[in-house]
Amino acid sequence: MGKVTGFKEYKRKNFTLAPVEERVKHYNEFTTPLSQDEMEEQGARCMDCGVPFCHSNYGCPVGNLIPQFNDQVYRGRWKDAFRTLMSTNNFPEFTGRVCPATCETACVLGMNETSVGIKNIEYSIIEKAYQEGWMIPLIPAVKTGKTVAVVGSGPAGLAVANQLNKAGHTVSVYEKESRIGGLVRYGIPNFKLDKQKVVQRRVDLMEEEGVRFILHANVGVTLPIGVLQDTYNAVIITTGAGNPRDLPIENRDAKGIHFAMEFLAQSNSRVEGETFDAEDEILATDKHVVVIGGGDTGSDCVGNSIRQGAKSVTQIELMPKSPDERTDEMPWPTYPRLFKLSTSQAEGSTTEFKMDFNVLSKSFIKDDEGKVTGINCVYIEWEGRGFSEIAGSEFVLKADLILLAMGFLGPLQDDVIKEISLETDERSNIKTTGFKTSVEGVFSAGDSRRGQSLVVWAIHEGRECAVEVDKYLTGKISMLNSKSKAHCEL
Amino acid sequence: MKLECYPCKEGLYDPEFEHDACGVGFVAHLKGEQSHNIVALGLELLTNLEHRGAVGAEKNSGDGAGILTQIPDRFLRRVVKKSSNIDLPLFGEYGVGVVFVPREPDAYSETQSIVEQCIEELGQECLGWRKVPTENSSLGETVKGVEPIVKQVFIKKSDDIDTETFERKLFVIRKYIQSKVIASSVRGTDYFYMPSMSSKTISYKGQLITEQLPLYFPDLEEEDYESAIALVHSRFSTNTFPSWALAQPFRYIAHNGEINTLKGNINWMRARQSLLQSKLFTDDELDKIYPYLINEQKGSDSSVLDNVIELLTLAGRSLPHVMTMMIPEAWRDDEMSEDRKAFYEYHATFMEPWDGPASVAFTDGKVVGATLDRNGLRPSRYSLTKDNILVMASEQGALEFPSEDVVMKGRLQPGKMFLADLEQGRIIPDDEIKEQMATDHPYKEWVENQKINLDDLPLDHAIWQPNHETVKQRQKCYGYTVEDLKTVITPMANNAYEATGSMGNDASLAVLSHRSLTLYNYFHQLFAQVTNPPIDPIREESVMSLVSYIGSQGNLFQELDEERNFIKLSTPILDNEQMAKLKGISTFNFKAKSISILFEAEKTGEMRDALERVKQEASDAVKEGYEVIILSTRGVSDKLAPIPTLLATSAVHQHLIREGTRTSCGLVIESAEPREIHHFATLIGFGANAINPFLAFETIEDMRTQKLIREDLTHDEAISNYITAIGKGIFKIMSKMGISTIRSYTGAQIFEAVGLGDELIDAYFTGTPSRIGGIDIATLEKETMMCHSLAYPKQIVESSGLGVGGQYAYREKGENHLLSPENIFLLQQATKNNSYETFKRYTQTVDAVDENYITLRGLLDFRGQSPIDIDEVEPVETIMTRFATGAMSYGSISQEAHETLAIAMNSIGAKSNTGEGGENPNRFGTNKNSKIKQVASGRFGVTANYLVNAEELQIKLAQGAKPGEGGQLPGDKVDAIIGATRHSTPGVGLISPPPHHDIYSIEDLKQLIHDLKNANVNARINTKLVSEVGVGTIAAGVAKAYSDVILISGFDGGTGASPQTSIKHAGLPWELGLSETHQTLVKNGLRGRITLQTDGQLRSGRDIAIATLLGAEEWGIATSALIVEGCIMMRKCHLNTCPVGIATQDEALRAKYTGKPEHIVNFVRFLATELREIMAELGFKTINEMVGRVDRLKAKEGVQHWKAKHLHLDKLLYRMYVREEDSKYKTIEQDHGIESALDNALIETMREAIENKVVTKTELKVRNINRTVGTMLSAEMTRKHGEDGLPEDTIYINATGTGGQSFGAFVNSGITFEIEGDANDYFGKGLCGGKLILYPPANSTFEAYKTVILGNVAFYGATSGESYIYGMAGERFCVRNSGAKVVVSAIGDHGCEYMTGGRVVVLGEIGKNFGAGMSGGIAYIYDKDNLLSKRINQEMVDLDSVETDEDSNEVKEMIEKHIKYTGSKEASLILEDWEKSKAKFIKVMPRDYKRVLESKKEEK
Repeated sequence: MGKVTGFKEYKRKNFTLAPVEERVKHYNEFTTPLSQDEMEEQGARCMDCGVPFCHSNYGCPVGNLIPQFNDQVYRGRWKDAFRTLMSTNNFPEFTGRVCPATCETACVLGMNETSVGIKNIEYSIIEKAYQEGWMIPLIPAVKTGKTVAVVGSGPAGLAVANQLNKAGHTVSVYEKESRIGGLVRYGIPNFKLDKQKVVQRRVDLMEEEGVRFILHANVGVTLPIGVLQDTYNAVIITTGAGNPRDLPIENRDAKGIHFAMEFLAQSNSRVEGETFDAEDEILATDKHVVVIGGGDTGSDCVGNSIRQGAKSVTQIELMPKSPDERTDEMPWPTYPRLFKLSTSQAEGSTTEFKMDFNVLSKSFIKDDEGKVTGINCVYIEWEGRGFSEIAGSEFVLKADLILLAMGFLGPLQDDVIKEISLETDERSNIKTTGFKTSVEGVFSAGDSRRGQSLVVWAIHEGRECAVEVDKYLTGKISMLNSKSKAHCEL
Repeated sequence: MKLECYPCKEGLYDPEFEHDACGVGFVAHLKGEQSHNIVALGLELLTNLEHRGAVGAEKNSGDGAGILTQIPDRFLRRVVKKSSNIDLPLFGEYGVGVVFVPREPDAYSETQSIVEQCIEELGQECLGWRKVPTENSSLGETVKGVEPIVKQVFIKKSDDIDTETFERKLFVIRKYIQSKVIASSVRGTDYFYMPSMSSKTISYKGQLITEQLPLYFPDLEEEDYESAIALVHSRFSTNTFPSWALAQPFRYIAHNGEINTLKGNINWMRARQSLLQSKLFTDDELDKIYPYLINEQKGSDSSVLDNVIELLTLAGRSLPHVMTMMIPEAWRDDEMSEDRKAFYEYHATFMEPWDGPASVAFTDGKVVGATLDRNGLRPSRYSLTKDNILVMASEQGALEFPSEDVVMKGRLQPGKMFLADLEQGRIIPDDEIKEQMATDHPYKEWVENQKINLDDLPLDHAIWQPNHETVKQRQKCYGYTVEDLKTVITPMANNAYEATGSMGNDASLAVLSHRSLTLYNYFHQLFAQVTNPPIDPIREESVMSLVSYIGSQGNLFQELDEERNFIKLSTPILDNEQMAKLKGISTFNFKAKSISILFEAEKTGEMRDALERVKQEASDAVKEGYEVIILSTRGVSDKLAPIPTLLATSAVHQHLIREGTRTSCGLVIESAEPREIHHFATLIGFGANAINPFLAFETIEDMRTQKLIREDLTHDEAISNYITAIGKGIFKIMSKMGISTIRSYTGAQIFEAVGLGDELIDAYFTGTPSRIGGIDIATLEKETMMCHSLAYPKQIVESSGLGVGGQYAYREKGENHLLSPENIFLLQQATKNNSYETFKRYTQTVDAVDENYITLRGLLDFRGQSPIDIDEVEPVETIMTRFATGAMSYGSISQEAHETLAIAMNSIGAKSNTGEGGENPNRFGTNKNSKIKQVASGRFGVTANYLVNAEELQIKLAQGAKPGEGGQLPGDKVDAIIGATRHSTPGVGLISPPPHHDIYSIEDLKQLIHDLKNANVNARINTKLVSEVGVGTIAAGVAKAYSDVILISGFDGGTGASPQTSIKHAGLPWELGLSETHQTLVKNGLRGRITLQTDGQLRSGRDIAIATLLGAEEWGIATSALIVEGCIMMRKCHLNTCPVGIATQDEALRAKYTGKPEHIVNFVRFLATELREIMAELGFKTINEMVGRVDRLKAKEGVQHWKAKHLHLDKLLYRMYVREEDSKYKTIEQDHGIESALDNALIETMREAIENKVVTKTELKVRNINRTVGTMLSAEMTRKHGEDGLPEDTIYINATGTGGQSFGAFVNSGITFEIEGDANDYFGKGLCGGKLILYPPANSTFEAYKTVILGNVAFYGATSGESYIYGMAGERFCVRNSGAKVVVSAIGDHGCEYMTGGRVVVLGEIGKNFGAGMSGGIAYIYDKDNLLSKRINQEMVDLDSVETDEDSNEVKEMIEKHIKYTGSKEASLILEDWEKSKAKFIKVMPRDYKRVLESKKEEK
C-alpha cells in the first residue's frame, strides 16, 4: 500500500525538464527522470485507497493496477511492478510519456494535496524493464492456426495485434505509410516520444514475437479489403480518426494553410531522416506561424515551429482561457479543463510567441500569388453555448503559415468504409456491437470506432477488441486480460 | 382460532431458535426433614423471582413455571386412596408418572392404554391413575388454548428388582411410552408429555407465571404435601409460544442459561450411539430408549441437557460426576491438583463440554446442588439458616430470614459445584467432591498410558517445498488472489495476527458474485446476542482452550476402555511435519487412512459421484478399525480437480454421524484450500478435528524466499506465527458465540448458509439453516472448475498472475461493490450541489444494475402499482423524522464529522447517535446534542447527566461490522478531549468488552432496559441487534423485556475498525433479519409494542422502501452519511490516516474536513423524496400503512445470473397473518412498571433537597424485588443540577434489607445510600459521584469479611463516586470502572477487569484473573498470606509495593473512611499497625497508565 503515512511525509517530485533555451535546439526528449530511490519514495505516497479512483472510469482507461505497482515500487520490487503494469497496458512506454494522466487527476490524494506521480512511476517501471533486459520477446508457445489482419498500425492496431499474438493467433498489420505507429509515429513530436528509441524499439520487439508488418499498403485504396477478408480469419480496422476538422472560410484555398497533421508528420519524418521536395515541404523556418486551435496538437505545432526557427508563433483559440484551478463545474475526480502551459508553449519564451483566446477567424487573407498573409479575426463573447462578436474588436493576424489544429471528425470515409459499405454512426465512426462491425468477420477499434481520443484509450480499445476477436476465433471465453467485469474470472 | 401446541416453521420463523433464560432456585432441609414448609418456601421463592420471568402479549400468559419435589408420600397416599381407591405400596416401592394428555377426544383413553401396556411390557404393574386437580381460571386465553389434561399414573415395583433398577425401568418406560405415543394415531400428540416418572421425585409445572403455579395446582398447597427439597424455576422465553412441556424443572435439573454448542452436542451424542453398551441396561432396553435418547419430540437446550444428564446418571455415574464431565471447570489452573487435571483430561477425550452460560440446579431426590459453567456468567447465591433451611437462588434475598438466623451465605463460583447431601446432612465443598471423583480411579495413569504424543513420532521422509511456479499453479487452482496473499496471509505470518479493516462490507454476497468464490464464503458465522454473552478470548484466556484429542472415543457408558488411544493436539492446525508423522503412524496399532478428495476434471457431474466414493471409503476405513481418517487434496493435476474441502469434510462427518460411527475416528484434513481464519473455523465447525493447510504453508515459504514477508523471520517462525494467528482467530470466532473450548466448537455448525440449495444442505450440511435456497452441486462444480481451468488451462491464458480479488477493497476488475468511484462521486455532487437530478443518477447506479447483484434487495421488485397523486402522500418533513444516523463514536470519527451529523439531524427532527464514546457535556442542550445516546459494553462516559440528556437510549448488543466482539481504541487516538469524554486517561488505549457485563441473558437485558428507563423516563429505549438466523426470536424476547425500539442491523454495515474475518463473514444481511423479526413479532402479537428500525448499507429511496415493506418504520444511515461528509472509502479508519479528516484525530488531517450539515440534510431529504415517489407509485399515503406490506414486493423475474437464479425468496417475502386486534406497526407503549418504583416516594421525600439543597435524611426498607433503587431519584436531581450534582451527603438514605438488582445505579454526586443488609448484582452500576455504603446487619452471626453480601458486576462502568463494602463481593467487581473509589473486604474472579480509572482497595481475598485488560486506575490488595499475586493477570499491569507517602496516605485514608462508614473490625486491625500492614499491600498498576503518568510528571 505504499507507506501508511507516506503521503504525509513526502512531497511530490517531478521529472526535471531541460532548460528551454537548450531543448529548442534539438528534437530529442528532454526530461530527466528521478533516481530510483526518489521514485520509490514517490511510490510511498500512494494511500492504497479502499476505492481507488485512479483506475475508475474517471481515471485510467486501461485499468492499470496503480495501487499495486505503486506499492511494489515503494518496496523496490521493480520486476513485480513491471509484471503488474504489463498485465493491463501494452505500451506503458508510450503512455508514460504522452498520456494526460487522468489517473493523476482522479487520484484521491489529489483531492486536497498534489496527486501521486503515477505517470512518472509508470515511465520509470517500463524504462527500468528495458534497461534490465526484462522486456524480452514473448513468443507464444502454441499457435492456434488462426490468422488476423489488422488495418492501421496506430496504438489501437498495435495493441490488438500484440494481444492476439499472445493468444496464439498469427497477426499481420497493414500500414499505408512507410513506418509503423500511426499517430504515435507521425503525430506526436519526437521530443515528446522518440521514434527510434521508443516506438521502433517496441515495433522490433513485436516483430520478434511474430507479428508481421506490411508497409505501404493502403487498404481499401491500393489493397482491397476483400483480399484480406479472403485471406484471414478476421480483419480489424484500426485506421484512426484521420479526417481533420476544416475551417471553410474565405480564402481557404490560399497557399500556406495546412492541417496540423501534415505539418507534424513531415516534421517527424524529417527527424527520422526522410526528405521532401521543396514544393511539398511545410516548414515554419523564418515564417510568421499562426496555429488555430489551443489543444495538444496545436501545442505540438508550436513546439515544432519554434524548433524550425519561426519568426513568430501565434496560437489562437475560439474558446475562453480555462481556469487555473478546479471549479465547481469540474470537481474532483473528473478530468478538469485547466489552463496549463504546455512544454511547447513554455518554449515560446525563446521566440516571439503569443496565445490568444476568444478569437474567431473570419477570413484568410492572401496575396496576389495566392499565398496566405494573414487572418481577419474578431474577439467574441460567450453566452452559454453560443457567442457573439464584439463589435469593434476586429484585428488582423499576420501569417505566412497557418496550421489548422481543430481536432478530427472521424475516420476517412473513402477507403475501407466505402469498399465494403461499413455502417457508420451519426458521428461517421464505424458502427460496432462488441467491436463487431456490420460485416461478418470485420472488427474495428480505436479512433476509427470511437472517434478522436487519447493514446491510452486506443490501447484500451485494442485490448478489449482482442478479447472479442479471440472469442470469435476460438469459440471460447477468452483468457486474454480485459477490463470488463462481465465475464466470469477470478 | 386454532392454536398449535408448539408453533411450526412459518416464513422465516423457526422454533429451533427459541432461547430461554430464567430464575432458578431451590429450598431444602439440610438434614433431609420433609415438611410442607419447604414446599411453601419454594413457592414463595418462585414468586419473588417473577421479575426474572416474562409475560407475553397477554399479561396473564407466562412462559412457564414449575416445581420439583421429593415424592410427597403421605399426601399421595391420602389422595390416591380417595380419588382412585388405590393403596400405594411402601415409599420407594412405587413410582409416579406425571402425564400431560392431549385435550382431544379419545386421546385420553388411547394414551392411557399405551402407557399401561408399556409398563406391563417392562415387567412392572400399573396401579392406576389420578386426575390432578387444576384450576385454570387465572390463565390467559393463549395458554388455555394449549392446556393439557394433567394425570398421574402410579406404578408398582416388581419384587425381583431393587429400587435403583426400578428407577432405571421407569426411565425406560417413559422413553418407550414417548416413542409409542408419537408413533400412534392418537390425535394431538404434540400435547402429550411426561414431566416426570420416578420413585423419588415428582414435578408440577406448566405454562404459568410464578404466582399461578399454586393456584393452578391446588395439590401444592395441601398441608400434607411434604418434601425436603423444592427445586423451582421461572422461565423467560424469547418466544411467546412456550409450551407446557418446556416449562422447568425437568426430571433432574432446572437450568438458567443457554447451551451454545447444542447442535454439535446433539450430533456427537447421536454419533456415539453405535458404541454404547451398558451393564445396567439390556440391549432391548437400549433399543427402547434410542429413538428419543437425548431429545424430546421438540426440545429446548435445557431439555436436551436434562435428557443426557438423566441418561448418564442412570447408566452408572453419580449425578455430580455427570455434571462435572458435561460442564467442566477450566482445568489448566495452576492451583489445581494433578489428579483433578487428569480426571478432566481423561473425560475430555470422549465428552466435549456442553458449552455456554449455565447455572444448573439439580437433584435426584437425595442430593441437591447446583453447578456453574467455567465463565460463571449466571448469578447463584445461597444461604443457610440455623434451622437448616438451605436456600439457593439467582438472587439474594428472594426469601427473607431474620438476619440473626442466617449462619452462612455464599455464592456459586465459576466452574464450581455446590452440593448438599441430605442423607449425610451436610454441604460438601467443591474441592471435596471433585478430589473424591478424581481419585476414584487412576485417571492420571490412564491418560499417560493412552496418550500418543505426535511430536515424538518418527518422520519417515523430508518435507518438500515446491518451486515458485508450482506454488502459483496450485494457488490458482484454489482461487487464491493477490489479496489472499497480501491482506490475509502476510499479517498472519509477519505478526501472528489477522488483518484489521474498516468501513464494513459492500461487496457482493457469494451467491450474487459473478466470480468463483470458495464454498466458505457462503457460510456466515453466528454470534451471541442477548440470550447468551460473547466472551473475551484475550482478557479471559484462562477459560479458553484449543486442546483437542484425535482417536476413537469408545463407549461413553464405560469408565475405562483400555483399547483406546488418542493423540493430544494443542492446536487443531498441523504443520507439514506433524501431518507427515500422522500419516505414517503405526504406534499402538493406531492407524491413519488417507482418502483422496479429488475428482476427474474431465467429466461433468463427477463431483457428486466422487463424494459418494469418499463417504464409502470413510465407512470402510471405520470398519477396518482406522482411528484417523485423513481427507486429502494431494495430487491435483490437469486431470484431477479438488472437491471443495468443506464439502468433503462435512459430507464425511455427517455421513459417519448417521452411521453412528463418527466418534470411533478422528477426521483430519490435508488440504491446499484453506488459508484464512474463517476457512479453518468453518472446517472445524463442520466436523474437522485437525487441519493441515499445506499450500498456505508453502505460500508463506514462497513469499519468504521472495522477501514478500518479513525477512528476519525463519521458516519456522513464519509458520508458527501463522498457526498462532489462526488459533487466536478461532478463539475469537468461538468466543463471539460464547464458546470456550474447541472441543465443543467442533461440529457445532454455528453458521448460516446464504445461497446454498436445500438439496446441497440436506445431503451434506444437514441441519444448517439456509433460508433462501441457492446453488446446487453442479454449480459448485462449475465454480471449482473455473479455478481449475485457470491453473490447468486448455487454451492460452494471458495473465500469469493471481486475480486481484477486490473483496477487501474496491478494485477495477475485482468483485462488485455497492460503492463504486462513480456513485461516491455522484452522491457527493448531488448533496453538495443540492441537485436531486444528480441524486437520481446516483441511485440508478446503486439500485442493482444489469445482472450485477450485490445485495438480496437487488433481487426484489415492487409489485402491484396503484398510483396515487403524490400530494396525497405524507410530506417529506414527517418522513425525514424517521431517519437516524448510525452509532459512530466521537473518537472513531473526528469532532467535526460527529457534530456535523448532530446539527444536521437535529435541524430536521431526525436523530443522530453518540456512538459508544460518550459525548462532551458542552454539547448538551445545544443543536450539537445527539438525541440518541448509546450505551455499549464499554460504558464510556455513561453518567446520569449523559442519560438524562437523551431522547433515546440505545443498548448496543452487537454491531454489524463485528457482532459478538468488543472494540479497542488505540492510545494514540485518545487525545485530551476524547479522554475526558470517555472518562479515561489520554494516551492510554481503551478496550470495550465483548459482552455487556450486565447482560448475560434476556432477563438481564430486561433489567438494563429497566435501569435506563429509570435513568431517563422520557427516553425511548432502543435495543440494537444484528441480523442472524433466529434474530426474530431474540427480538420477541427483547420486546417482552420492554424495549421500545428494536434496531436490526445488517452484517455488512459498520464503520468501525474490525478484524477482516468479522467484517466479511459474521452476521447476515438485514433483509433476512428484518423480515424474520417483523414476521416473528407479528406472529407473537408483539409487533404493536415495538418500533422497528433497520440499517446496513442503505443507499437509496428504493432501499428504504424495501426496508419499510419488509417491516421497518424507521431507518438508519451511517456509511452513506459519511460519504456525504466527504468520505471516499479509504478503509483506513483504523490507521488514523483518513485523508479527508473524518476518521482521524490527526490535527493536520482534520483540517481537511469539508463536510457540512446542509449536505446531510440534502441527503436525507433526497432519500425521503425518492421514497415518497415510490409510495405514490405503490399507492401508500403514509409510512405506517406501508410497514410490513411484503405482498407489495416480489422476486425479480427473469434473473439469468448463473448462481442467483437458484435462489428462492418466498420465505423472505412471507406475509404473516395479522390478527385483527393486533397492529403491524408501533401503536402501544410498553409498560415499564415505573409507577411501582420506590423512587417515586423518595423523590417526594427529597424534593426540598433537590430544589433547595436542603440536607435531608430518610429511612427505607428494601427487598430484592425493589430493583434499580436510587436511579430515578438521581435522574430527577441531575436534571436540575447537571453533572456536578449536589454537595456530599445532601441526600442521605438509610436502607435496610436486601438491595435488588442495580441498586444505586447511575447515582450522582450528593446522594448517599447506606445499606444494612446485603445486595444483588449490578450494585452501583454507572455510579457517577454518589456514595454507597454496605455492611451486614449488626446482629448477623456470620463472619462478614469472608461472606458474600454483594452480587456480581458491582460498579460496572462507574465513573466517579465512592463506596465502602464490608463483606465479600462476587465476580467482576469494578469491571470497566473509570473513576470510582471503592473499598471492599474481598471479591471473586475477574476483579477490576478493563478498569481505566479510579481506586480499588481490597482488604482480603481476590479471585482469579484480577486486573485483566486493566489500563488505568490503581488497585491495592491486602495480601496477608502472600498468596494472591498469582491470581493477578499480569498481561497489562505491574505489581508494586506501596512505597511512596502519596500511595500510603491514599490507601490509609480510604481504609479510615471504610472503618468510619462500615465499622469493619478487620480493617481496624490493618490500620492498627499500619507500617507492617502496608508492606503486605500489592499495588496493581497498569503499565500504560504508569507510562503516561510518568511522562506527565516529567513535563511538569
